[in-house]
Amino acid sequence: MLVSKKKVAQIVENADQQVIQGRSQWQDAMTRFKANKASLASVFILFLMVAVAFLGPYLNEWDYETIDWALTGNAAEMGAPSIANGHYFGSDDLGRDLYSRVMQGTQISLMVGLIGTIVAVVVGVLYGAVSGYFGGRIDNLMMRFVDILMSIPYMFILIILFVMFGRSVYLLFIGLGLFSWMDMARIVRGQTLTLKHKEFIEAAVAAGVSDFTIIVRHIVPNLIGIVVVYTSLMIPNLILLESFISFLGLGIQEPLTSWGALISDGAKTIQYGTLWQLLFPLGFFVTGLFCFFFIGDGLRDAFDPKDR
Amino acid sequence: MFSFIIRRSFSSIPTILILILISFALMRLAPGSPFSTDRGLPPEVLANLEAKYGLNLPWFEQLYTYLKGILFNFDFGPSFKYKDRSVNDILAQGFPVTLTYGIWSFIVAVAVGIPLGIAAAVKHNTKLDYAAVGFSIGAQVLPNFVMAPILVIIFTLWLNWLPGGGWNGGQWQYLIMPIIALSTSYMASIARITRSSMLEVLHSNFIRTARAKGLPYRSIILRHALKPAMMPVVSYLGPAFVYMITGSVIIDIYFSTGGMGQFFVDAALNRDYSLLMGVTIVFGVMTILFNTLVDITYAWLDPKIRL
Repeated sequence: MLVSKKKVAQIVENADQQVIQGRSQWQDAMTRFKANKASLASVFILFLMVAVAFLGPYLNEWDYETIDWALTGNAAEMGAPSIANGHYFGSDDLGRDLYSRVMQGTQISLMVGLIGTIVAVVVGVLYGAVSGYFGGRIDNLMMRFVDILMSIPYMFILIILFVMFGRSVYLLFIGLGLFSWMDMARIVRGQTLTLKHKEFIEAAVAAGVSDFTIIVRHIVPNLIGIVVVYTSLMIPNLILLESFISFLGLGIQEPLTSWGALISDGAKTIQYGTLWQLLFPLGFFVTGLFCFFFIGDGLRDAFDPKDR
Repeated sequence: MFSFIIRRSFSSIPTILILILISFALMRLAPGSPFSTDRGLPPEVLANLEAKYGLNLPWFEQLYTYLKGILFNFDFGPSFKYKDRSVNDILAQGFPVTLTYGIWSFIVAVAVGIPLGIAAAVKHNTKLDYAAVGFSIGAQVLPNFVMAPILVIIFTLWLNWLPGGGWNGGQWQYLIMPIIALSTSYMASIARITRSSMLEVLHSNFIRTARAKGLPYRSIILRHALKPAMMPVVSYLGPAFVYMITGSVIIDIYFSTGGMGQFFVDAALNRDYSLLMGVTIVFGVMTILFNTLVDITYAWLDPKIRL
């Protein structure tokens, strides 16, 4: 024998140790995402904003609904931002502390984006996966329904719902989510159609796994990449929607507030020279949305590199 | 092509009916009567009022009357709040205003957005391209309700060039700010979509062939690249139109133009259900018709769709 037994044993031993680490699609994407400076900075700023929004209110003595009677009716002259009287961002028209209100509004807006998106993603993914997986007549019917829903200006229907059933924060969260799942359903359906003829699904069918389990255990986990990308782009859109409705005065209810409501309040009083009432909420709004959009773009590039 | 247009047009009819049904069902499900006030009306008065507006009839008869009114007479019934005006009167007053600047904004968004996107793609990686990309990223976070106050600060409070609101019969000074506020973010989206789709087309094989044959660059862009590059843009125009129509509510409120938005929000706050339904249905029908138009355009651009 030309090869010594010792060497063979050594190679076998080494081979055991040097198992090549497989890289999942997820790890690949994360590597690419980390290389994207703008997205990474956005994640950081967003974390900062969340921390400020939830911890910031403890740093000053005024809460978001208490009226500082010393300033009421005189916001234009005495309500300007100042460290001395504890109103870091100034006061609003009624004399409430704007700093606390902006923090509170940021909390609500971020929560609307998050909870609404969770609702929309759960409904959209399940609906799209079921529609795509069963195919045929069921698929036709379900997608026709989505088409109809999409061609209805649902913003008006949503506002009617708020008018009818009272304006509560929970209805706002759920309602916004329930009106934005259609895009997600369409995308997921398309992806499911390509997945369902793959061998591993056929194997599961042959093994007698139930349809529901196949969808939840095998189809949905394989959709994660595309779902993550669209989710990250959905959050800012829901925040925009909520701000839109609150700007009209039909969304969030006093004394609670949100970015849209704050911008609306600030915009109503600009002719009195109280610019800070508009600019502080606007700054938070613009920064927050920028971060979400950058993160969304970064994730899209990370999961779908050919799109660049 | 002709049969596609017919089929597509007919398929929008059930959508319109479903829209009317949803609005009607919502109105029926609403808790409380539109006439209930804080003090509370005597039961006889309430009964009389409900009889006058036909609310005491069984629901299918109400639906039948309502549908018949809309389909045959284009009649949305009386307003619950404004006692002496019908929903039609209010629609006739507000709609022309909303439609005027709505359509103008749409035209401006398309007329600026598409050429900007094309120019950015053709001059890829030049200063023009960077400026266009910068604009479309920046405008993403400037929706109409952010643009409106910013414009007022600049043009009304600082420069004193334009009136801060009002309509005045649609004079051009009163139109500028609503149009800019409404169109900016969609202009940016249109430019972005045009640019990326145009870039993709310009890198495809048939464009390379055309260039290799020595066709002038100008005619390559206009004759060969434009049509396929427009497809994603056209499919975005449908949603963009819907958002603009919805966004006009903000513009009406902020600039006090006296358009539909003001009536809609008043109706929402006053629980004037018949007016609310009327506005929703008219906006919805416009949306559905426009989507039909977009689909037909799409089929013209892409023959595969027509099947």
